[in-house]
Order: sequence, then structure tokens, then C-alpha cells
Amino acid sequence: MSTRIPGALGEPIARREDPRLLTGRGRYVDDFGQQALEVAFVRSPHAHARILDIDVTGALDVDGLVAIYTYDDLEGRVAEPLPVLIPHPALTHGRTQYALAKDEVNHVGEAVAMVVAADRYVAEDAAGLIRVEYQPLPPVVGIEAAREASTLVHQDVPGNVAANMVQEQGDARAAIAAAPHVIELDLAIERSASTPLEGKGVYARWDADDASLRVYSATQASTSVRSAIAAKLDLPPDRVEVIAPDVGGGFGVTIVHPWPEEILVPWAAIRLGQEVKWTEDRREHFVSAAHERGQLQHITAGFDDDGRLLGLDVRIWHDNGAYTPYGIVVPIVTSTQLLGPYKPGAYRVEFDSLYTNTVTVTPYRGAGRPQGCFAMERTMDAIAARLGLDRTVVRERNFIQPDEMPYDHGLIFQDGRPLIYDSGDYPATLAKIKKLVGWDEFEAFREQAQAEGRRVGIGLACYVEGTGVGPYEGGWVKVETDGSVVVATGLTTQGQGHQTAFAQVVASELGVPIDRVTVVTGDTRRFRYAVGTFASRAAVMSGNAIAAAARKVRQKALRIAAEALEADPGDLEILDGVVQVKGAPGASIPLSTVAVLSNPLRYAFDEETKRATQFATVADPDKPPVAEGDEPGLEATGYYSPPRSTFANGMHAAIVETDPATAEIKILRYCVVHDCGTLINPRIVEGQIHGGVAQGVGGALYERMVYDQDGQLLNASFMDFLMPYATEVPVVETDHLQTPSPLNPLGIKGAGEAGVIPGAAVIAAAIEDAEGIPIIRMPISPSELYELRHAHPASKERP
Amino acid sequence: MSELHTVELIVNGVPRTADVPARRLLSDFLRHDLELTGTHVGCEHGVCGACTVLVDGDPMRSCLLFAVSVNGASITTIEGCGPATGELGPVQQAFLECHGLQCGFCTPGFVTTITAYLEENPDPTEDEARHAIAGNLCRCTGYQNIVASVLRAAELKREATAAI
Repeated sequence: MSTRIPGALGEPIARREDPRLLTGRGRYVDDFGQQALEVAFVRSPHAHARILDIDVTGALDVDGLVAIYTYDDLEGRVAEPLPVLIPHPALTHGRTQYALAKDEVNHVGEAVAMVVAADRYVAEDAAGLIRVEYQPLPPVVGIEAAREASTLVHQDVPGNVAANMVQEQGDARAAIAAAPHVIELDLAIERSASTPLEGKGVYARWDADDASLRVYSATQASTSVRSAIAAKLDLPPDRVEVIAPDVGGGFGVTIVHPWPEEILVPWAAIRLGQEVKWTEDRREHFVSAAHERGQLQHITAGFDDDGRLLGLDVRIWHDNGAYTPYGIVVPIVTSTQLLGPYKPGAYRVEFDSLYTNTVTVTPYRGAGRPQGCFAMERTMDAIAARLGLDRTVVRERNFIQPDEMPYDHGLIFQDGRPLIYDSGDYPATLAKIKKLVGWDEFEAFREQAQAEGRRVGIGLACYVEGTGVGPYEGGWVKVETDGSVVVATGLTTQGQGHQTAFAQVVASELGVPIDRVTVVTGDTRRFRYAVGTFASRAAVMSGNAIAAAARKVRQKALRIAAEALEADPGDLEILDGVVQVKGAPGASIPLSTVAVLSNPLRYAFDEETKRATQFATVADPDKPPVAEGDEPGLEATGYYSPPRSTFANGMHAAIVETDPATAEIKILRYCVVHDCGTLINPRIVEGQIHGGVAQGVGGALYERMVYDQDGQLLNASFMDFLMPYATEVPVVETDHLQTPSPLNPLGIKGAGEAGVIPGAAVIAAAIEDAEGIPIIRMPISPSELYELRHAHPASKERP
Repeated sequence: MSELHTVELIVNGVPRTADVPARRLLSDFLRHDLELTGTHVGCEHGVCGACTVLVDGDPMRSCLLFAVSVNGASITTIEGCGPATGELGPVQQAFLECHGLQCGFCTPGFVTTITAYLEENPDPTEDEARHAIAGNLCRCTGYQNIVASVLRAAELKREATAAI
């Protein structure tokens, strides 16, 4: 790029999707299909039970009822269990649910019967009149009960263990045994959930005349949903279209697919020959979507007199809920990303992924990293406390240094590839966060606060996030004959601003004004190959794929323009949508004209296209109009497939104040320094960080899924599950580093999940610093802190 | 089918009417009977605020109201918060400038809430702006840029008033 253009890569421009979303012109799944039949489900009220009988007769007279389906109505592959999406050799006992429960239910909320009716009100009326007779079975609730295994979730899964996996680099136990100092920690993280403001939703239209199916789903993986629907419904894939329209948040929960509803709704639409729609309500989302985070951890760390780790031995018990549709990605991520920016010495990690009679556990923003970060950062703080060292000093002594990059941990990451960090400057990040939060000045602030009878503490937490996992994404770029540019990529959007960020990539690569670029995502009609939106991968994967496509288009445009201008392509540049000879703006041709010339025509529809018709062109009569190896049109498709993940990093610091009387916890400051390589749009990246931090604060202080001993989720509403409002989220102070990734042409690392990862760790550290009490369980409420104070009399020494 | 009742409302300045069952929520009435889908439903129990509309100028949760119970009222939805269809009012313009939205699902409720708030509080402090939006849930933004949007919207409104 020879000239900065407005909206180019790196510019913090306003989002192009916003005027639409701000005026009520967004299109979310429930905004489609106003005339469609609507679905309600009968869901299990029991955590664990046998289904003895389903009696629908009471519902049959409901005016407006169209159909009721139970498992016995399902046919073919619709009647088979849903797939294990990510098989793994260690997942020896993977289990998935049926689209409608067959004989047994394994969590409250599991779908038992499906009702289709004129509208949702009527469907719920009928659902309420269906009588299901259950034989309750003893439920397994909580990790301790799952581990004890006196009761089993699945009778054919011994010990409730879905998977046991060990990874080891060096002899950690021997290293710890020989270490001068050893600490042991028992840690716990409770469940939370993605909880997007829009729940799931599926709307299906079957065109019997065309023998084709169109499905709209609030999914993070429309292309894969398409494959799943085609396979389950035995349809040719090219007769199925799946579109993720505007989607009201995702945060991981909708990367899982196919959900039962994504199969059942199109199945019913075909069977009934009518449009069918299901819109998840909030309670359904709590009890039948997915949760995450719940883990117990036991850590043994051996270290030297300077606080350097010599050996680290980590045991994790991971609650995977009732089924394992997403395999064991979450505990694998915990057990690898736990290492953060540190060299652990010898490392051994073992996890059990355990069944419980609760909602399935699948990735929620961070996807196992917050738990890993909590484990490692609590360990760093414990080492510092044991040796009487500053917490930043211990961290710095254990950092991987910039000259050690790329750094191979000798482990296998969640993508099946080696855990090799590509780049990062952790000492520089630490210097920035210390400066931003005023680490070295904090003791003066503490003394001042103490003099006022106030109790304050400071904490720090560091993370490294593997982002941009493969296998690939693709992009398609086309210059239309009016000079506008259309772009498509298969992965989906749930608020990340892809219509802006990807347009910035194209504007930069092609040299066109950004307002001429339109981006479509997650629509299988527009791009057919894709993986999905997860693991902070969209900017890395689709960003680079679209850039690759745009570069091909640019090359072709320069070639065609060079012929037209009788110039050398190397002497040309594209500025503001016009190809011109460098330094000679008079010799130029608009991209719109290049697009016309790229496509030899027989028929013309306007003045512009007349130039490409067969009697208008002066092409060589002895050559074919489209040269061998060339293709008509100014368009190209590109793909990006990385050898392995690229690793972003960051550090958060927080200052908290705890009330000496009430134990209320207030975050006074929250600082973030992060490095996600090249920034496409700094404003969007900042927004991602703000949102991630809010979820981190929620997970640290407020959010937990409260199950009783019978497996009833007691807080399945927004009234009782405490998501932070504006009054609970601190102002986030940010600073950036940009260490470009050497793995991709744009140098991008992912940014989407980073903000949430250190939340529990940094708040726990700050509370511990304020109180002088070890904080080993998160989230923590004022009541819990109050009780901890009484259990730790030493804390009373502080004001 | 249950008995139908005629509901007549002025929605965004336009008289609208439909025959609906007594139990039809105002949110569903707007979305599905009038096909004004800009109003979103996030929880259906009055906590998230995504469905907030202005009823005779006051912000109310349309998921907690029956359409029949506001018969005759004047309603403003997100579609009516701009000077003309598709154009941005000051609150919407502020959200655009301050990156006050990500997925956009909660946004209509924030925009209507802030629109009503600024009518009575044209010059809020940052702390007041934060409390003004403290009844609405957003899962994307962390609220920081929404607080900034409230302040910017107030500024835009003042500028517009000064220009008259």
C-alpha cells in the first residue's frame, strides 16, 4: 500500500453494520418466518430418570395444534444419537443425547417431546398437557459425587469417567521431589455459562417443488450445521442451505452443533411441508444449552530459592455434564494453556472428564483457559508468598524470554498440533502493566487507605492464548462492474464486527474505498467451505483468507489494466478504486471498467457492459476471449490454513477494596495490557476486551450455576443468575503491544476471548492481597469472604 | 382459538391495529402482529431490558405488558427513535460513534431507555449515565462504551438544540 486510505487496516473506524442494527433493521432468526408454525418442547423435570410412558391425549384437542413428536416418531439417522463432534483417543467413553430422549433422561431440561402448533403460545399450551411418567433415578451432581462414583450417570461408563488423559514433559514428580521448596494447592472454579442475550433459534423452510431446504440458525458454525443436517436428514448437501443471520451473541455455546433442535425443526418442516420455527426461551437456554468452567484442581509445584519452577504436577477433575458432544476440548485447553507465559520446568498434567446429571459442558469464551490461568497464577502467587518475593519478580523469573521464541512446550494442543508459541514479549508486557496500574506505587496507596480504615489489595494475572486454530477458512472477493466489491467468508458473526473488519482488509489490499465493500458471513449460499467462529480465530483465519483472495483479484486487475493502458503491471497502483500508472494519474482506468473487461460478453444490459461485448472489443481474433488458465470475472477465492495456532498474550492487574465490616468487594481499578499482533480495527479490539473483562468479573464475583442435590438448577433465570449490570463492571484501562505473528501474512493473533481469561485469577489475587487469606475458590461472594475471615483469624490483623 | 380483542395503538406516530388474544404480550404484538422486529426479547421476565419500549414516553418492558393492557397508548420502538425511517437519532448516532454495541441484540432496549432518560436528564455526569443504564443487560460490551454513548448522546442533543 503506497497511501493510507480511510478505513484501511489499523484504522479505528466506526462499524459499518451499526446503522442497520441501531434502527431495528437487524435480522435475527426470530425476525424471519412470521407465518411459520412454532415449536415448544416438553423437557425433563428430573435430573436422572427412566421414561415409562408419554401420554399425549390430553393435548390433542388444543385448537391450533399441528403435531406432537416423541422419540418413537423419529426415523433413520434422526433417531440415532447426536454426533461426538471432536473424537479423541482419550475420550474412551463419549456419550451424546438423542434428539428426543430415548428411554432415559440425564439432566433437567433434556427434550422429551416436540410440539408444533400455530404459534408459540398454543405450542406451550399443548406441551403443558402432555403427561410423561418418569421413574426417578439417583442423580450425580457435583464433581465430588462424580469422582466418588457411588452412583453412575451412564450405567456403562465406569467411574463416571468419560476421558482420562495424561500429558508429560520431563519427569515432573522427580523434579518436584528434588526441589528445595514444594507447595500444594487445592483449587475450585464453579460453573458459569455463555448466556448470549439472544438464545438459540432455528427456522426451516422446505421447498418441495425444488426439493431444497433452507435453514436459519443462530449458530457459530452454519457450514457445519449444513453438513450435519444433510447427513441426519439424508439430503444431498447441495440441496441444503444454512444461514447464520444477525446473531445476538454466542460466546461459545453455539459452536456446538447440531443441537437437537437444529435437526428436529428442519425434519418437522419437511415432514409437515410447512415452515417451522423454534425460538429458545431464557429458561430453556439455562437448562438445555450448555455451561462451562466447573473444575477441581490439585497442584504440586517444586521451585528453587529464586522462585523458579522446577517441576509442576497438575491434577484436574473436569465436570463435563451429562454428555460429551464437543469431546474433551475444554480440559485439553485447560491442561495446556495453564502454562501461560512460563517455563514450568518438568510438567505433568492429568485430567478426568467426569459425567454428572447436569447440563452439558462445552466451550464458553476462554474455553478452559480461565481455569488454567487461575491454577497457574494462584501457584505463582503462592510461590511469591512462600519466598517473600514480589509477585511480579517471581513471574518474571519464570517467563519464556523473547529470544527463546518460537518456544516448544513439548505438548499437544487442542488442534492436535504441537504447543509451540510463535512470538511474544512477556517482559515488555509486564513492564507495561506495572506502569499502567502503578504496581510499584501501590504500597503507598495501601498505607494511605489503611490510615483511612480502608482495606485494599492489588493482583496480577498473565495469560497466553492459542488463537487462530485450523484447519482453515476461505474468502471470496469480487469486483462488480459498478466498482463495488462483494466479499464472502463462511465463518459466522455474533457481534464481532466482521462486516467492518474484513471490509478493512479488502479496502487495504485492493485500494478501494471501504464504503464500496460489502461483506457476507456465515451463509452457505455465498461461501461453501468453512469451519466456524471459535478460539479467537475469525480475524486470523478469515482475515488472512480474504486478504489472499483480494491479492489475487488485485493481481488480475493490474494485469487487465496493464493491457488496457499498454503499461507494465509493475508500474501500476490502485488508488481509491482507480488503477493508474504510478506518478501519472492521467493514465488510469477505474476498477469498474477493469471488471467489465474481465468478463467478455455477448449481451449488454447497460452502457458500461457494451464495452465487453464481442463487436466492441479489439481483442486478438486468433486467441480465445478467455485465455487458457484464466477465468471470466474480476473475482478470486483464497484460503488460509495455518501450520498451528498463533499465541496472543496479555496481563491484567486489578485493585480491589473489601469492606472491613460487610466484606463487600469493589473493584477500584482494572488494567489490561494485551498483545494480539496486528490490529485490524483497534476500536473493535478494545470492545472485545471490555466485553471479555465484564464476563471475567461476572465469573469472579457473581456468576455460578446453583444446582441442588437433586440436580435442579435453582437459578435458571436472569433474576437469579447474576450477570453484571453496568454498575458491577469496572472501567477498563488498556494498553497494547503489537508483536505480529510470523505465522500469517497479516501478522494477526486472535483477540476475542482474551479479556475473560485472567478474570478469576486477578480478582482472587487482589482479594487475597487485601485480606491476607488464601483465595482458592471462585467465584467469591461477600458472604463467602465474610465466612473466610472468620475461618482465618490471622486476617483480623489487617484493618 | 381464544377470544380476540382489537388493540389500537399509535406506534412511532402511526395508528396500528390488530386483533389478538388477551394474553398476547406487547413484545409479541409488536414483533409478530405488527412485524416491527426491532424490539427484541432476551428473557421474557423483565430483567434484561432488551424489549424496552416507550409507552406514552415512559420506558417499559414490553415482555411484561399485555398488548390489550396498553390499548390506546402511544408507543415508541427502536424503529421510531430516529428522525425518519433508517436515519439515526442522537442516541443511535452516539452508539455508532462510541462503539456502544456489538451483537446489537440488547441495543434497542438501551436506545429507548436512554432516549427517555435524556429527556428528563439532559446533562448527566458519567456516574449518572452509568446508573441510567443499570437496568439493562448487555453481554458483549462491558458497558463502558454504552456509558460513553449516553454522554455523547446528551452532547449531540445539546448541539442540536443550540443549532435551532
